Formats: sequence, C-alpha cells, structure tokens
Amino acid sequence: MKLIQSTTIAAVLAATALFSCKPKNSGSAVSGDAAAKAYVAPGKYDEYYNFVSGGFSGQMSVYGLPSGRLLRVIPVFSVDPEKGWGYSEETKPMLNTSNGFVPWDDLHHTEMSQTNGEIDGKWVFANGNNTPRLARIDLKTFKTAEIIELPNSAGNHSSPFGTENSEYIVAGTRFSVPSDDENGDVPINSYKKNFKGHISFVSVAKETGEMKLAFQLKTPGVNFDLARAGKGKSHGWFFFSCYNTEQASTLLEVNASQKDKDFIMAVNWKKAEEYIKAGKGKKVKAKYAHNKWNESTHSATSKMEEEVLVLDVKELKDIVYFIPCPKSPHGCDVDPTGEYIVGSGKLAALIPVFSFDKIQKAIADKSYDGDYEGIPVIKYDAALYGEVKKPGLGPLHTEFDGKGNAYTSFFVSSEVVKWNIKDLTVVDRVPTYYSVGHLSIPGGNTKKPSPKYLVAYNKITKDRYLPTGPELAQSAQIYDISGDKMQLILDFPTIGEPHYAQSAPADVIRNNGQLKIYKIGENKHPYVTTGEANAKVVREGNKVHVYMSSIRSHFAPDNIEGVRVGDEVYFHVTNLEQDWDVPHGFAIKGADNAELLIMPGETTTLKWIPKKAGMYPMYCTDFCSALHQEMQGYVRVSPAGSNVPLSFSLGKPVPETK
Amino acid sequence: MNIKPIAFLLIAATTLAVIACGGGGQKADSSASSAQEAPAATASSPSDYDPKRGEGKFDASNVTVGPLDQAMAAKGESIAATKCNSCHKMTEERLVGPGWKGVTTRNTPYWIMNFITNPDPMIEKDPKVQAQLELCLVRMPNQSLTDNDAREILEFMRKNDGAK
Repeated sequence: MKLIQSTTIAAVLAATALFSCKPKNSGSAVSGDAAAKAYVAPGKYDEYYNFVSGGFSGQMSVYGLPSGRLLRVIPVFSVDPEKGWGYSEETKPMLNTSNGFVPWDDLHHTEMSQTNGEIDGKWVFANGNNTPRLARIDLKTFKTAEIIELPNSAGNHSSPFGTENSEYIVAGTRFSVPSDDENGDVPINSYKKNFKGHISFVSVAKETGEMKLAFQLKTPGVNFDLARAGKGKSHGWFFFSCYNTEQASTLLEVNASQKDKDFIMAVNWKKAEEYIKAGKGKKVKAKYAHNKWNESTHSATSKMEEEVLVLDVKELKDIVYFIPCPKSPHGCDVDPTGEYIVGSGKLAALIPVFSFDKIQKAIADKSYDGDYEGIPVIKYDAALYGEVKKPGLGPLHTEFDGKGNAYTSFFVSSEVVKWNIKDLTVVDRVPTYYSVGHLSIPGGNTKKPSPKYLVAYNKITKDRYLPTGPELAQSAQIYDISGDKMQLILDFPTIGEPHYAQSAPADVIRNNGQLKIYKIGENKHPYVTTGEANAKVVREGNKVHVYMSSIRSHFAPDNIEGVRVGDEVYFHVTNLEQDWDVPHGFAIKGADNAELLIMPGETTTLKWIPKKAGMYPMYCTDFCSALHQEMQGYVRVSPAGSNVPLSFSLGKPVPETK
Repeated sequence: MNIKPIAFLLIAATTLAVIACGGGGQKADSSASSAQEAPAATASSPSDYDPKRGEGKFDASNVTVGPLDQAMAAKGESIAATKCNSCHKMTEERLVGPGWKGVTTRNTPYWIMNFITNPDPMIEKDPKVQAQLELCLVRMPNQSLTDNDAREILEFMRKNDGAK
C-alpha cells in the first residue's frame, strides 16, 4: 500500500514537471523516490523537530521533518489572539519594554540550548530584531518563558547565537546608535563621532535557564550582522560579521559597499570575563525590561532593569580583533572542530575560510594591518586558511555535516553548494527555488551534526504553490543529504518569514519531560478556583472579579447579574481538567480583547469593560466534548448606578430582580 | 485541541465494543517512531476483560476496605471538591456524570479505583461504563489522580454511602 501511494505521488510530481514551465526546469530536480523519503505515515512521528523563525510574524513555528507538517506556532514577540498571548492579563507583562507594551516584533533567528556542544532539548532562544529583545522558549511547555530587552542596541540582528554550553547567548546591534545614557538628539551625519556598536553577552543559568545581561562590549560604530561561538579549541571566542565599516548613514546599498573588505570581529570573551573580575567594567545607566513567566502562578512579571556593565574594547586591549573579510560579510560560521571560520561576503564570488590556529598565531606575532578605530586589524593572509574559488554567487550561510563538508547557501545564484573544508573544493551543488537565505542541518551549527536532512529557507516563492493573490506562502525545501549527492525531496510552505531555523532529533525534545497538564494542586495563581464550591463573584469598587471554573462541559458560575456599565470585569478562569489535550476556551460578546485558551489545571484572566447595558453571552471556544455547544452562560449588564444586586449561579437561575 | 472527543465517542459507543482498536498496524517507516503509546492497560483483548475488576493497577489483593477511616475520607472529600464535584453530585442525581450515591454498593472497591485512575481503556471495554456513556455523552476525564488520591476518594464514597 505504501509503495502504491509513494509511486502515485512521485508520478504526480513527475507529471507536474512535464507540463510546467519554470526557470531552471525546477520540477525535474525531483527524482522518483523523493515522496517516499518525505512521507511520514498517519499515526507516525517525524524524526526531527524543526524550530523556524517566523520573521515578521514575530512568532516561532515548529515543523516536523521530513514531513514538513506544521506542529505549532509559538507566540513570542507578537500578540496572538488565538492563544490569548498579549491579551490575557497574565501574558501582557511579557511584551513590556522600555517603550511600553510593544505588540509586535521581527523574529529572525533561533538557537537551541547546548550542553557540551550538543543540542540538549531544554530551550530555544529567539531574537527580536526591531525593538531589541531576546526570548527564551521552554521546550517542556513550548511556551515563551522569558524576554529580556537589550539597551544601547537597535536592530538586534546578530543574535541569538550561543556558546557550546549556552554560557552566553549574544545579541549584537545591527544599527549603531548613540548610547542610551547619552543624548541621542544629535545630527545623523555625526555618525562617526556619536554612533557606537554594542554587543550584549546574556548569560543563561544552567538549571533554570534564567537570562541575565552579563555585560556589553562597546565597539566602533558599524553594522553587526551575524555571529557564531567558537567551539572545542576555539571555545572562549566569538566571531561576529560586520559591514558598513564605511560608517554610512544613508543609501547604505551603495555607501556601505564601497570597501573591498569589511570585517569579521573576533572576540575573546574569556578575556572579557577576566577584565570584569578585575573590576574593569563600567556600570552604565540604562533602562530595559526583563520579563519572566512563572509556571506556578501562571503569570508573567516585568521588571525594569537600571544599569548594565559595559567594557569599552578601545580601552581594554586583547578582547577584540578585526579580520578583513571580502564584500559585506553576512554568515560567519564555525565548523564542528572549531578550527575553521567561514565568512560569507554576500556580494562576493568566493568564500574565505579562516583558521583559528592562524588567528592565534597572528595575534601572538602582532601580524596586523594597522587598526580600525584603535582595534587591531589582523592581516587577511595571516588569518586565512584558504578560499573556495568560484563556489557560486552571493554566499550567505554555512552549516556542516560533521563529515568534513560544509553546505553554503547562495542567494544570487539560488543554490546550495556542498564543499570540502580541507580541500576547499566544491563537491556538489543543487538548485533552490528561489533565492535561498538561511539553511539548516539538524545540529549543523554544533560539534555533533545529525546530517540526514538539510532545509533551505527561501526568500522567493513565486510559482511553487497555488497562487494566493499578491502575497504568497513562504517557502522551505528539504534535501536528503545522507548520500554523496544532495536530493530535493519536499517543498513545504511556512509562516512568514523563515530566516534561520534549527532542528533536533525528536527524541531529544519529546523525552525531555514534556508537560502535559498543570497540576491543579500546585496552581498558585492568586485568583485560582480550586473546585466549583469556590467559584464566586466578588466586587471591589468598580472591579468585579469572577472566580470561574471550567470542566467538560460547563462554567461555574454561568449566570451572573449585577455587573454595571463602568465596571472592570476580570474573568479568572481555571480549567479543572487534569487530562492531556483538554483545554477550554473562553470568550464574551463585545470584549475588545481576545479569547482565553486555558490549559488543564491553568488559570487565565480576561479583562472586560462592558460599554453598554444588555445581555452578554459567553461560551467555550475550544471544542471540548459532545456537550461543548452547551458550554455557555450569560452576564447581565445594568446601567451605571443600577440597584441590581451582584449575584451568580450555576444550575439554577439567579432570583429574578427588576 | 487535536482530538475531537465527540467523533471518537460516538464511534466508540457503537462500534468499538465489537471491533478492538489499536495494535497490529503496518509499520510504514521503520525510522519514524510510533505515535501510538503503549496503553497503560494490562488486559490485551475484550475477552480478557473482567467487568468486576475493571482494568488497571487494582484488584482484591491490593485494595482492602475495613471500618471507615474518617481522616482518609476527609482527604478524599477535599480532592473530590477540586477534581470531581463539578460533574458528580453526592446524591443519586445525575449532573454531567452519575450521582455518587450507591456507587460503592454497585461496584467493587478496586473497580472504582481502576476506573477513576484509568478511565480511557475502561470506557472502551466496560459494559457498565458504556451504558453510562450513552446516557451522559461525556467521556469521564482522566483527572490524574495518584493511587493515594484514588483510595481516599473511595473512602469518601464509602462514607457517602453510609459505611461505618
């Protein structure tokens, strides 16, 4: 049966190829057994979880590989009415910033936590690019557990890359700007004088994952783009690509492409730690939000931090070195051994590969080509292991298979190129459809890649799917890389826009102690309703607190009277279910808010300000049982100053009052 | 949520009693792990099912009842208030599920403890439970009771039924 299905799918794909007219004959790139390789039968699990940035949606999506099935969209930086994220009273503080409540961001990259250079399945980190933030998602709950804002930054693009034990997750500013403690009201053309870069090192507590902005490096004003930690022999170092060393503030498309070479910035963060121990850091005033989710109160808190420890790399020697890298480097990727650093100049037609050993020697020998704003610039040849010649056009990102090969995406020539690191020779190339950005191999950034699949995340979708008006689904493509030749096996659409992604073997995540329910006995929410006997409605001035419980299939209470126009009503809904996959929903007519989705054992609060007198139905929004459609109730709203007494009931109507 | 109980429930009520589900499927891809968790059940087919004992951890050897233990019943009462009484009244009156009055006279102690700790397999197999499902139309949820919780709730049910 399986054989017949696969053959049919393959035949359909082949037929499509015959009749379509696509650039590069894209259909024929799929060979006969592709469908079988991407097929995961009903009732079977995928082999990998794939955590994909949702780009301008602000969220993170989770797909199964190799099926490309969407498993979940985790709300991170943007509000999500479906899950009540940013709408429920408990989640609102998660989106607090020094600019107040910010309901959206642009999530670019994902980074899974590591232990000893391997993915450990505890957390996945994500960067907010617009209002600079860093988020930690807990992989036991698939929920955003923490968000920290980054001061002195603008455009947190060079993030959230981490070290081999997740000692630090970094956050490098894309835009250089005047520091937060200085007057930012200066002429834009004073860039060279007033604009500075800041690289944040955020530490991650081993057990809890709690993040702390440990220190920032203050650098010359340039644009920081991407980064990777050293590993193995280069553990203790971090590498950041930077562009706009021209320090342009306008028409960067032209003005930041003037120089033949920009830099990869090598950071000795162990040295930075030594300076901090020696008291060389400077505490600088800053204001940034630190938002944490509490799993026992089911609520977030937001704290405004007041200062940050800053190390000025111009004053403190031996922390930072610049390595020239051709043509506005974008990707800056370190191979599994930690020896090779691959720079990808997005306007270049070659790939330079730097050697960690040679960089160390160049520093020891002071093999410098002068300095850039006081930072030593290592001679290109002194750091270079070699160049991959004519690999393609516009290299962007590189991942590794742990078998001596690198895979680099080429935006301009729209392809993935596999090359041998030692020989610097191209081994295989395969087209993508179209204009690939990031690519991802499970563990492809770590010491131990799991090289079965490679996923390309493409910037242009064009003719890959049925047209949907001017805007099309975003597009990813899976390649089987288990053999010598890469083989395209599946296209799958994603939410927008997929930048970077990381994957982990399914077992690492599903066996990590996944939470299935919140134990009702451990619910410490201040407004919890532990059992229907405790359901009640309490008035405090113009605030009305409804302690409500839900279970298949009724709310308690479900008739409420005595609410008045001008009241603020808080529905604190506790889901009394204790079984996996039985959430209840809650919605009330006219609420200028969203629904609640309440997990088993959880308490969640919807704030509602009724604007006019009348009858307001409420109901469960998440299908829960055969009697789900019966799971409903009424709230009577009377005019301000009304004498209707506050009353509530379940099972028998509230006594009639006029 | 992903599983829509109504569809499953109606099918279960009408056909599952005859046709056993699960197991025996063809392995489509040896590299993909199976989504089917091994059932918590010990009995493997309806013919092995003992309607007096139910299915689960408990039987005559590990559940004994004696004179009413008031302290244990009080603990059971408090757990039931949170996890059970939204659907079950202490009288004979049916709310979402059947009233609890008389439950300990109709069932063995270990049947009760099996059902409240392991409802899903029993909903599929037990004739009495299936008859109740046709009346109530809501599957009894698994409320994640510990073994102790279950024993204490049993004691509370016994007290409600007049055990001394």
